[in-house]
Amino acid sequence: MDTFNAIVQVLDSTIRLSVPLLLACLAGLYSERAGIFDIGLEGKMLVGAFAGASAAAVFHSALIGLGTAVLISVAFALVHGFASITHRGNQIVSGVAINFIAAGSTIILGQAWFSQGGRTPALQPGERFEAITWPGADAIKDVPVIGPIYAELISGHSILVYFAFAMVPFTWWVLFRTRFGLRMRAVGENPAAVDTAGISVAWLRYRALICTGILTGVAGAYLSMVQNGGFVKDMTAGKGYIALAALIFAKWKPVNAMFACLLFGFLDAAAIRLQGSPLPVIGKVPVQFMQALPYVLTVILLAGFIGKAIPPRAGGVPYVKER
Amino acid sequence: MAQAAIELIGINKSFGAVRANRDINLEVARGTIHGIVGENGAGKSTLMSILYGFYQADSGEIRVGGKPVSINTSNDAIALGIGMVHQHFMLVDNFTVLENVILGAENDALLKSSIAKARSELDRLEREYGLEVDPDAVIEELPVGLQQRVEILKALYRGAEILILDEPTGVLTPAEADHLFRILKQLKDQGKTIVLITHKLREIMAITDTVSVMRQGTMVATRVTKETTVGELAELMVGRRVLLRVEKGQSEAGAIRLSVKNLTVKDSRGVTMVDNVSFDVRGGEIVGIAGVAGNGQSELLEAISGIRHAVSGEVMLEGKPIDLTGKADPGELRDRGLAHVPEDRHHVGLVLAFEENENSILGYHDDERYLKGPFLDIDAIMADAKDKIEKYDIRPGNPRLKTANFSGGNQQKIVLAREMEQDPGVLIVGQPTRGVDVGAIEFIHKRLIAMRDQGKAVLVVSVELDEIRSLSDRILVMFAGRVVGERGPDATEGELGLLMAGVEHQEAAE
Ligand SMILES: Nc1ncnc2c1ncn2[C@@H]1O[C@H](COP(=O)(O)OP(=O)(O)OP(=O)(O)O)[C@@H](O)[C@H]1O
Ligand SMILES: [Mg+2]
Repeated sequence: MDTFNAIVQVLDSTIRLSVPLLLACLAGLYSERAGIFDIGLEGKMLVGAFAGASAAAVFHSALIGLGTAVLISVAFALVHGFASITHRGNQIVSGVAINFIAAGSTIILGQAWFSQGGRTPALQPGERFEAITWPGADAIKDVPVIGPIYAELISGHSILVYFAFAMVPFTWWVLFRTRFGLRMRAVGENPAAVDTAGISVAWLRYRALICTGILTGVAGAYLSMVQNGGFVKDMTAGKGYIALAALIFAKWKPVNAMFACLLFGFLDAAAIRLQGSPLPVIGKVPVQFMQALPYVLTVILLAGFIGKAIPPRAGGVPYVKER
Repeated sequence: MAQAAIELIGINKSFGAVRANRDINLEVARGTIHGIVGENGAGKSTLMSILYGFYQADSGEIRVGGKPVSINTSNDAIALGIGMVHQHFMLVDNFTVLENVILGAENDALLKSSIAKARSELDRLEREYGLEVDPDAVIEELPVGLQQRVEILKALYRGAEILILDEPTGVLTPAEADHLFRILKQLKDQGKTIVLITHKLREIMAITDTVSVMRQGTMVATRVTKETTVGELAELMVGRRVLLRVEKGQSEAGAIRLSVKNLTVKDSRGVTMVDNVSFDVRGGEIVGIAGVAGNGQSELLEAISGIRHAVSGEVMLEGKPIDLTGKADPGELRDRGLAHVPEDRHHVGLVLAFEENENSILGYHDDERYLKGPFLDIDAIMADAKDKIEKYDIRPGNPRLKTANFSGGNQQKIVLAREMEQDPGVLIVGQPTRGVDVGAIEFIHKRLIAMRDQGKAVLVVSVELDEIRSLSDRILVMFAGRVVGERGPDATEGELGLLMAGVEHQEAAE
């Protein structure tokens, strides 16, 4: 029973840890499917986290915090669009620039506004998203097996967690069942085909980037308003990059993306859980090794174990019709 | 004259310094097939892309059905009933036929009803025009002929009354081209207007009612097809008389320079594409390989030039064996005097993003002539490129221009110049004149014959029977991976056509 509970706990934290990855990964999916590489997921999450925590602390409202996070993140996405769609700039350079601006500005503004060494004030109840307890969760908590599964895994998360997982089928539906999705997939493969079909390539790509901005904004809000009670500098800690790896890993498909993010989340959760405690057979594993595992796994899997991951063909290339 | 479906008045269009269209006037009557011919880079595609709203004219007026219209995007053109099949297909390769057809013409925000409608509509078009294609097939798995059909279906699905086709037959086999023309005639009988761009003057004579000729961005003439001749059109295009069939003297075949014995090649899926093929090419002769595309010619060329490994067989170059099943690589073969003009110039022959001068030494870049110590000798390369531009009349004559900005015919000349100027002993050429205008064809043929007359061995693969017949001293016909016959240069088209269709071969097998 003890091991069972331990497993449930690891899985529970797997879910919590994979949420920001999943949101960022789906965010990247929208832009990359539309043919825009977005290495700036990290930066957009970071400004989202900062804006969300700041607004929530100032206006004492979690919802205002979330709205601000999304707004600012979308604004950054539009900057990326302006550079790479309107001005046909290099998408990687623009993304990296956004990451730098995000890392720097959040610290400077945080210090200027709140003078807490780059942190935002600790969020009070009502300023952050609380866990939602599902009906009956407390009642059946002690029922063996399904009790903990229902009470810990399914119930007891914040609304943003459910939002993230609901985005998976929703994104699939958008991609494969709607006009917008069809056009977005087309513009990532062959923008000239979209253009000659009488559709504006630029407007379509902008809309995809807005979707990206919304999702990275929510991811940021999750980091600073759910996982943590406030903003801490560099709190994204490379999650934007892991999300990109997960996206490749998932071959740009939403359901795969969920599994990839859960896998990375699980490795993270296991690393935390196993800190210091010896493993059977292997003995004590240095925590750094566990922390490095997601990255090592990414490299190994990308190096050939997942088969060929074919990115959207027009990805990264600005659309130019008159040379 | 019937009412005009389209009128273009005073159209001008420049790309940077290139004036692609100058003061173009064109009128096409409703319910007719109008041909447009012109050299590579004459501005035909540009003009039609302006009509289709893909490019915007710098100045000029467009009238559709007599009314002045402004066409700023393809959407405007589609709304006016204009459809276009582009020279380079505008399809999403990993989409299904259905998805490509509905893209941009969806009913509403969800796909379900669009798909249902497209399915029944495609069914109707299929029956009406014999445009059969599986609606659920993925584009990249379809042969080019069918991909083109999808493009036509796309236009018809959007209710096109005016259909523009930009070099539709360049990629088609003769049978597919015939089928296409039957469809075009049927469309015309229903009152639709068709504009057809092609380099094949024979097709112009066979199917169009009127024809316009473009040269260097201007419209030089419009003729009623019945009142003109192939010779006149060719002359109008190039501005001088053109030999449609170059003259050549008797060949003086010398020693065997390239010898292929029992060569067998498989493609990447493991299907045998070249099946036990043997032949020799002697110095001083041109051997032509005829055949319908896809009968193993491409794989044969790739194997001989070291791009694709052979399964078995022996190839002797200048009397010495080359190991095609194992280690042969194109660089080594090049050093041993074998030059190769690949049939797919975009993917194999050129790096389109490079400047012209870079492409003109590609593959020979470690030759001492182009090096100064470990560095490239830019001055030498530029001088060399200028020299080739002059000799081969490559236009525009600017070695610093990006290769993508040259028209198809001129890109082909860049590749030919590079390979021929290395003075190889053996030259193998795939599709020497695909998408190339009559003037350039004449030029390329003359150069090939000059190579022959210098005692070089030349192997030409082409799907154009005219080309094979006018160039070759000996003709080999390939069918289903085998050489099914050898004929002299005086073989008739009918005779070769039967061989190409595998008729004789099948009879022999039975
Ligand atoms: N998008 C573009 N950007 C810059 N230059 C271009 C572009 N498209 C065409 N050109 C140039 O404009 C001129 C006309 O090109 P166009 O493609 O219209 O010729 P074409 O008559 O269709 O030739 P071809 O028979 O080879 O298809 C050429 O010199 C070409 O290099
Ligand atoms: Mg053209």
